[in-house]
Amino acid sequence: MEAFIIVIAGILVTIGVYMLLSKQLLRIILGTALLTHAAHLTLMAVGGLKKGAPPLLDEAATKYTDPIPQALILTSIVISFALTAFVLVLGYRAYVRIRFEDMQQLKGYEDE
Amino acid sequence: MNNNLVVLPIVIPLLAGAVMIFLREYRRLQRVTGILATGAAAAVAGRLVDLVAREGIQTLQVGGWPAPYGITLVADMLSALLVFTAQIVALACLLYTFDSIGEEHESHYIYPLMQFLLCGVNGSFLTGDIFNLFVFFEVTLIASYVLLALGGMRVQLRESLKYVLINMVASTLFVIAIGYLYGVTGALNMAHLSERVAAAGQGGLLTVVSLLFLIVFGIKAALFLYVWLPDSYSAPPPAVAAIFAALLTKVGIYAIMRTFTLIFYHEPRITHTVMLAMGALTMIFGAMGAVAYWSIRKILAYNVIVSVGFIVFAVGVASRDSLSGALYYLLHDMVAKALIFILGGAIISIAGTDRLREINGLIRYRPMLGWLFFVAALALAGIPPLSGFVGKAMILGSGIESGHVLLAAVGLLSSLLVLYSVMKVFMQSFWGETLLSEDEAHATGKGALLPGSILAALVIGLGLGADWVLAYVDIAAETMVNPVQYIDAVLAAP
Repeated sequence: MEAFIIVIAGILVTIGVYMLLSKQLLRIILGTALLTHAAHLTLMAVGGLKKGAPPLLDEAATKYTDPIPQALILTSIVISFALTAFVLVLGYRAYVRIRFEDMQQLKGYEDE
Repeated sequence: MNNNLVVLPIVIPLLAGAVMIFLREYRRLQRVTGILATGAAAAVAGRLVDLVAREGIQTLQVGGWPAPYGITLVADMLSALLVFTAQIVALACLLYTFDSIGEEHESHYIYPLMQFLLCGVNGSFLTGDIFNLFVFFEVTLIASYVLLALGGMRVQLRESLKYVLINMVASTLFVIAIGYLYGVTGALNMAHLSERVAAAGQGGLLTVVSLLFLIVFGIKAALFLYVWLPDSYSAPPPAVAAIFAALLTKVGIYAIMRTFTLIFYHEPRITHTVMLAMGALTMIFGAMGAVAYWSIRKILAYNVIVSVGFIVFAVGVASRDSLSGALYYLLHDMVAKALIFILGGAIISIAGTDRLREINGLIRYRPMLGWLFFVAALALAGIPPLSGFVGKAMILGSGIESGHVLLAAVGLLSSLLVLYSVMKVFMQSFWGETLLSEDEAHATGKGALLPGSILAALVIGLGLGADWVLAYVDIAAETMVNPVQYIDAVLAAP
C-alpha cells in the first residue's frame, strides 16, 4: 500500500514540476498545489499505513493509526492554503498592474 | 532548567502585532508599541543570554508535556545570542522605518507585519522541534511576502511573485524532508532525533535526507541556490530590505548550523564536503555579482550572498574554532548588513536613484552619512579594529589548520572583492563633484543617522570588545561540538 501511494505521489510531483516550468502563472500556481498534495501524501505514507482504528479514543480498539502525521498534514494543509490564496491574489494584482501574458515578460531591468 | 522566560521572545512580538492591528489609524501609537515590544523582547533575550551563561541551557516544555512528546523550546547560547542580536538590529531598523517608510505604508499594517516577522524569526531560533521549525519558517516567510509586496509598485509585484513561488517550492521540499526523517526515525524533537540518528548510525538513507535538508535550508539562506535573492532584495523599500538582509537568510544559516551540528554530524565526509563546496561557490558567485553591478541595491544584495558562503564554509570545517568563528561572524553580519542597507537606503533616498554613476559628491553636505558608510564598508571587509575581523581571522585560521587552504584563499579573495564593491559605492557616491545641490536632494537622509550611529557603535564595540563577546560565543561553540549537552538539557528536564 505504501509503495502504491509513493508512486501516486511521484506522479503528482512529476506533473507538478512540469507545470512549475511552464509559462503561464496560473499553471505554475496549480503546479505548486499539486506539489503540496504530493508532499502530504508522502508524509502520510512514510509513517507507515498500518491497519488500525482512526485515532479516536472512544472506539475501544486495540490498535490505532499513527496520529502524528495527520496532525502535521493538517497544519501543512492550512499553511499551503493560505499561501495559495495569497499568491492567487498577488498574481491577479500583478496581472492587473503589469498586464503580462507569460512569465517571460516578468523580467526586470527596464526603468522603474 | 524549565523556564518560562524562553517563550517570551515569541509571545511579545505576537501579542504586540495582534494589538497593533487594531491601532491601524493611530500611527504614533503603533510606533510606540513597536519600540516598547521590541525593547522588551531585547531585554528578555539579554536576560536569557545571562542565564544561559551562568546556569546552562534553558528549556521550556510547552504545555508541561515531557520532552519527546510535546514541543520543547530551547535557549542554548547559540539561540539566545541570535535572538538578542536580532532584537537589537530590529530596533535600529524600526527607527529607520519611522523616518523613511511614509504614511501610506504605516496605515497598512507595516508595523504589525514586522512584529510577526520577528515572532517567526525568534521562534525559529528558539524551537527544539523540527516541524515547529517549519511552522516558524512559514510565519517568517508569510510576513516577508506581504512586506515585500506592500506598496504594490510594479517591481515589487513582479519580484514578490518570484520570491513567493520559489519559497513555496522550498517549503514543500521541507515538508517532504521532515516526512522522510519521521519515516526513518519516528521522532520530531531535535534532541530525540539526534539520539535516534546516533543510535541507528547515519546510513545512506539518513545522509540523503540530510542533503535534502541542506538543499531546503540552502534555498532559504541563499547558499549557492541564491538566484532569487538579488532581485527580491532590491524590490522593497530600504527599511524593509534592511530587516530582510539582517534577519531572513540568517534563519536559514542558523537551521544549517543547528541540524548539522546536532543531528547529522556522523558523515562529515559527505555532508560537510558538500557544504564546503557550496560555500566556496557561493562566495565566488556572490563576489562576482557584487563587483559586476553599478546599482547600490544589487551590490548590497550580492554582499549578503558572499557572507552566507563564508559562514557555511566555517560550518563545513566544523572544528570548535571554526564554529566559534562562524557564530561570531554571523552576529557581526546581522549588525553590519542592517547598517549598510540602512545607509545605502539613505543614499538612494537622497539621490532618488540607485544607479551609482548618477550619484556624486554627497560627502559635501552629508559628511556624517559618508563616514558611517565608510566604517560599515571597512567592517564588512574585515579591517582589524572593526567587528568583521575577529570572525574572519578565526574562520580562516581554523580552515587552514584543517587543510582547506584553497577554500581559505577563496575566502580571502572574496573579502577583497567585497571591499572593492562597497568602496566603489563609497567613492562613487561620496567623492567627486557635487552634481546634486542641497535643495535638489529628494530626501534629507537624516533619519538614517540615529539608527546608523547605533549600529556603527555596535560594529566598533563588537570589534573592540571581542574578548568579552567571545566568552559567550565560546559557550555556544562548546554546545555545538558536544551535542550531548543539548540532548541532556532537553530530555532530562523535569
